[in-house]
Amino acid sequence: MGQNAGGKGGVTGSHGDAPLFEARGISKSFGDVAANKNISLKVHSGEILALLGENGAGKSTFVKMTDGVLRPDSGAFFWNGKQITIKSPAAAKRIGIGMIFQHFSSFEALTVLENLALALPQRSLRAIRRDVAEVSERYGLSINPKRRVERLSAGEKQRVEIVRALLQKPKLLILDEPTSVLTPQEADGLFATLDSLAADGMAMIYISHRLNEIKELCDSATILRHGEVVGSCDPRSTSVPEIAEMMIGKTADPIDRAGAYVGGPRLVVDNLSVPAKEGVSLKKISFSARRGEIMGIAGIAGEGQDTLFAALSGERRTPKAKSIKIDDQPIGAMGPTSRRRKGIAFAPEQRLGHAAIADFSLSDNLRLTRHAMREFSNRKRRAQSLKIREDYDVRSSANDPKAGTLSGGNLQKFVIGRELDRQPDVFIVAQPTWGVDAGAASSIRNKLLSVAERGGTVVVISQDLDEIFQIADRVAVLHRGELSLTHLVDDMTPDKIGMLMSGEDINSVSKDAIAQNFTRKRATRITETQEETSPAETRITDEQVKDPTQREAPASVVQTPQPAISPVITSSSMTSSITPPPSKPASQPSQKSTPARRIFVSGNVSTPWTAPEIIQKGTVL
Amino acid sequence: MISLEKRLAPSTSASILSPIIAITLTIICGLLMIQAAGKSPSEAFDVYFLFPFNDINTYLKTAPEDRGGLLYQPAEVLVKAIPLALIGIGLAIAFRAGLFNIGAPGQYILGAIFAGGVALHVPEDLSRFIVLPLCLIAGALGGLLWALIPAFLRVRTGANEILTSLMLTYVAALLLDWIVRGPWKDPAGFGFPQTPDFPESAIMPIMLEGTRLHWGLALVLIIFAVLWFILSRTVTGFRFTVTGLAPKAAHFAGFNQRGTVYLVFLISGALAGLAGAIEATSTIGQLQPEISAEYGFAAIIVAFLGRLHPVGILLAAVVLAITYIGGENAQISLGLPKNATLVFQGMLLLFLLACDALIHYRLRWRTRRRA
Amino acid sequence: MEPFLIAVIVAATPFLYAATGELVAERSGVLNLGVEGMMLLGAVAAFVTALTTGSSGLGILAGAAAGAAGALLFVIVALGFSANQAATGLALTIFGAGASGLIGQGYVGEALKPLPKFQAPEQLAEFTGVRILFNHDVLVYGAFALIVVVWLYLNFTRSGLRLRAVGDDHHSAQALGLGVLRIRSLAVLFGGACAGIGGAYLSLAYTPLWAEDMTAGRGWIALALVVFASWRPLRIVFGALIFAAFDQAGNYRETLNIEIPSQFLSMAPYLATIIALVLISMASRRSDTPACLGREFRPDR
Repeated sequence: MGQNAGGKGGVTGSHGDAPLFEARGISKSFGDVAANKNISLKVHSGEILALLGENGAGKSTFVKMTDGVLRPDSGAFFWNGKQITIKSPAAAKRIGIGMIFQHFSSFEALTVLENLALALPQRSLRAIRRDVAEVSERYGLSINPKRRVERLSAGEKQRVEIVRALLQKPKLLILDEPTSVLTPQEADGLFATLDSLAADGMAMIYISHRLNEIKELCDSATILRHGEVVGSCDPRSTSVPEIAEMMIGKTADPIDRAGAYVGGPRLVVDNLSVPAKEGVSLKKISFSARRGEIMGIAGIAGEGQDTLFAALSGERRTPKAKSIKIDDQPIGAMGPTSRRRKGIAFAPEQRLGHAAIADFSLSDNLRLTRHAMREFSNRKRRAQSLKIREDYDVRSSANDPKAGTLSGGNLQKFVIGRELDRQPDVFIVAQPTWGVDAGAASSIRNKLLSVAERGGTVVVISQDLDEIFQIADRVAVLHRGELSLTHLVDDMTPDKIGMLMSGEDINSVSKDAIAQNFTRKRATRITETQEETSPAETRITDEQVKDPTQREAPASVVQTPQPAISPVITSSSMTSSITPPPSKPASQPSQKSTPARRIFVSGNVSTPWTAPEIIQKGTVL
Repeated sequence: MISLEKRLAPSTSASILSPIIAITLTIICGLLMIQAAGKSPSEAFDVYFLFPFNDINTYLKTAPEDRGGLLYQPAEVLVKAIPLALIGIGLAIAFRAGLFNIGAPGQYILGAIFAGGVALHVPEDLSRFIVLPLCLIAGALGGLLWALIPAFLRVRTGANEILTSLMLTYVAALLLDWIVRGPWKDPAGFGFPQTPDFPESAIMPIMLEGTRLHWGLALVLIIFAVLWFILSRTVTGFRFTVTGLAPKAAHFAGFNQRGTVYLVFLISGALAGLAGAIEATSTIGQLQPEISAEYGFAAIIVAFLGRLHPVGILLAAVVLAITYIGGENAQISLGLPKNATLVFQGMLLLFLLACDALIHYRLRWRTRRRA
Repeated sequence: MEPFLIAVIVAATPFLYAATGELVAERSGVLNLGVEGMMLLGAVAAFVTALTTGSSGLGILAGAAAGAAGALLFVIVALGFSANQAATGLALTIFGAGASGLIGQGYVGEALKPLPKFQAPEQLAEFTGVRILFNHDVLVYGAFALIVVVWLYLNFTRSGLRLRAVGDDHHSAQALGLGVLRIRSLAVLFGGACAGIGGAYLSLAYTPLWAEDMTAGRGWIALALVVFASWRPLRIVFGALIFAAFDQAGNYRETLNIEIPSQFLSMAPYLATIIALVLISMASRRSDTPACLGREFRPDR
């Protein structure tokens, strides 16, 4: 990968020499989970290496090892060709490795200078002040050392972090998702700084999943997936879709898909804006979720998912009641309890402390979301929780165990089971399989699919694209508190999602991606072993599925004509959304991505197609 | 080196054992201190802790016709325990919800003032069945209103309720001081800072002849039964516990945080106010500045010692009341200073807090890391 | 007016010591409500020591040591065992009141010679200002010096910076390798020693005798003062003088022609503190309120 290091400025590492930093065969496991498998990479002085991968691909584990927080199980690091052991963050600094973390570990109440002084205990204040001035000027990092950190913008805070790292005079700078909290303008400023640092011979490892940034900035890229290096490339000569496909991989396509009926919209979110108390504010979010479908909300971490979940669950009331409606009734002003009474169920991302209480037994935890419906006696509640444990395969040796004693997967199965056991009409779930073992994950996904199958509505807020591709029917992507248009999952390819995740619209049509009735292929079941299954045993015919939902859907909605505007068809799979049923055989991801990819390569300025699924506003809603 | 290691789930047995260990350690250390002060520890132990049992024992051995007055001391323990239990359970409810109503003593004073206001201003010929309940209700209302201030400030401005309610305690004490020296001062009181005696209709009737034990005890037991039911059997009790353990989960469960703050402070304040009203209308029968100094922060010990549980709090209130009466006895028979009782109380709370670490942590012996 | 102003300075002194000590503890993130108890311990230890040794210097040292010993109890329970800080502080106050009563029992009614006062040179004594400012004992001047030293320490030294960092964010501080519990323990012990000297001032100079509960709630006023001063050392001087003025105004009501009942004057510090706290909490910009104040901390390893 080092062969294309010299993108800019001419100051590059000499390629023949040993790289400044090299990882050879690094592996690290936590229990049974292999977080890093045999990772090797090199970076030369003056080179910016991109380390790419989705959430959970193993990037942060790798970074922690380079910073001495974790130690590799096997493999070794080399510095200028000599093997090194990184024992602690302090040792990493001594070697010359500087870190810039995603979250600033600074003291809010202290000034910039005081923060720097704490990080550099051996340097005098005067020396620090002088160095700050020098470094700021040289790399365009203007900061006022006398200001309190709490009064700085995210971009300014990051500049402080960079200055802090630079004052330690590193030779290698590792940046973990540095643009995740920055505005585009701030990001541009950062790139300029990084460019000039590279020109001065600094080696950098730039961790991100924002592909357009990588293309703009990096000389080479190493791509991680599921803890392994799956490829490396020159991001300048490789197209974004190609990189995205390496990063996301062939989506674990639902093996068995059968026709399923999707009815009219049930949960409608219309121009929802919520100012964040902490985290990201929501800006004019619109989407709808229909009967019998799974609506996926994708997006990388920290793009507003927490606020969205809180707004949907009622933990945050929305400023306008009408911005969230269920079956045409505004519910935005209702609290969680009233919403539950409307037949909506919720499962948040954080299991302990939000979805469940560690010190409570499962039967008491059951009460958390059940007290709104009906109070049970303790005995009945225990029986109920036992039933959920059986139905949802929650394993524990204790009779009525405390939630804190269950494994993550078992607790998540209980949390999901607690909600689904109530047979909710609408189920809103955040990160349903986050940090859960594969067996539990597929069992949870199957349960979600069966909710949709019986005509329920599921909204899955997930950072796991595999999951979205596997179970969702439609998907919209959250980016900095804004939601993209809704797309059929069948029309999506990893590269398109990747574009949406980095905030680029893949089509410039009107804001409302509106629901329509259609019949399409959808996963009905994932086998526990995931990858393979025999299609025969799980296929469900159209009639079987159609029946229950059609009964539920109000006739007026179902029969609304669908005047599609300008159906410019660009991809073969698009047809399935207009001309109803079958024709498309199960699972051929390569087929659907080819045409779209061409489009993307040719022009990422404005979008080349008009999605046929867009209908005039208001026809259905 | 000893180190603490977090337990996966809190230990129930440690939670029950902790007060027992703490009481034992307190007695041992307290008696050692008394010995250091030059008094006989065995005598002190007898005077401090065994007197009610000795008295009951004597009572049982005495012929019925000679028993008069023998139960006076044990009854005094219950008299002291009544306000302690009421304030303690109010604090416990707040603690369960993760709030610290440290200003309960102030609410107690306001309860006394309000009850006194009613007692001193009702027509004399009104029936006890109207006046006394009116006094008690007014007292609860007074405590409730005083508690509303920190609750309101916390919800509206985010001001720390520990600090505001603490400040208000001193404001309340000064208010009482002003009232008994100023507007409600007894004109026939020889200049003493006190109000006139309450009319008979505002005085709690005696429950056990020959003692000062009054019907407030029955009231307390009824209130405890109701609170026990609310805390263990209703959504409200569940709400408090959830809010205390995990505010985010409480939110998710649909329990409004602000509502919980108000509810907790209202209940807690009303209970403290009621305690003040009972105290004013029973043993004292007038308002005096001493009412405020009476219990101070001892109710906090009661709440912790009673494991925030109604039954435990009743027991703990009796334990604390024993140290009060024992302290008074020791003042007379051993010549110990008035404040010596506080040594026991302070140590008890310190030991208890330390022992409570064992509920959430495990003690581990660790060899030194550095070689 | 002159005796009133002198009395104000004298009355402010115990507040200054106790509040300065508490400020240091709170800036490190620890809320120690045991100030009253530590002051009482300091008062009794100073009195007994001064009486038996005849040395007021030793008395002051004993007062500081006794206050710090009380603080050590707090450190063990609240920091060592991660107990609720507010409850631990109250326990310390209760215990301090009791233990001081027990210790001082045999000394009630004894009297000490008050600490000697500086005499302003006669030529200058004719100026009122000089008489007000230069007619005090060493502890009075020590209190003002202490505040300046603490202000310099917190704002201009590395160690003070680390202490503030620990109070602002203990997790980040630990990540930087700062010994959070060690720094906090030292801060609390310092606070205890200061409170002890504040108590010693009462029993050695203010009213040179021992009486139970002789601090009469001054520890609580000191706590209020820290909040009132919004955690800034120099504002403590200002606050202490105001609070002392309210405290003394009751005694000088006739001289000063004050109609308000003394109880309301005494209430003023508490009410002012509540108002200050509300204003601090409502301000959009964060003050110097230590973000970790009163929060439990247990290092990960």
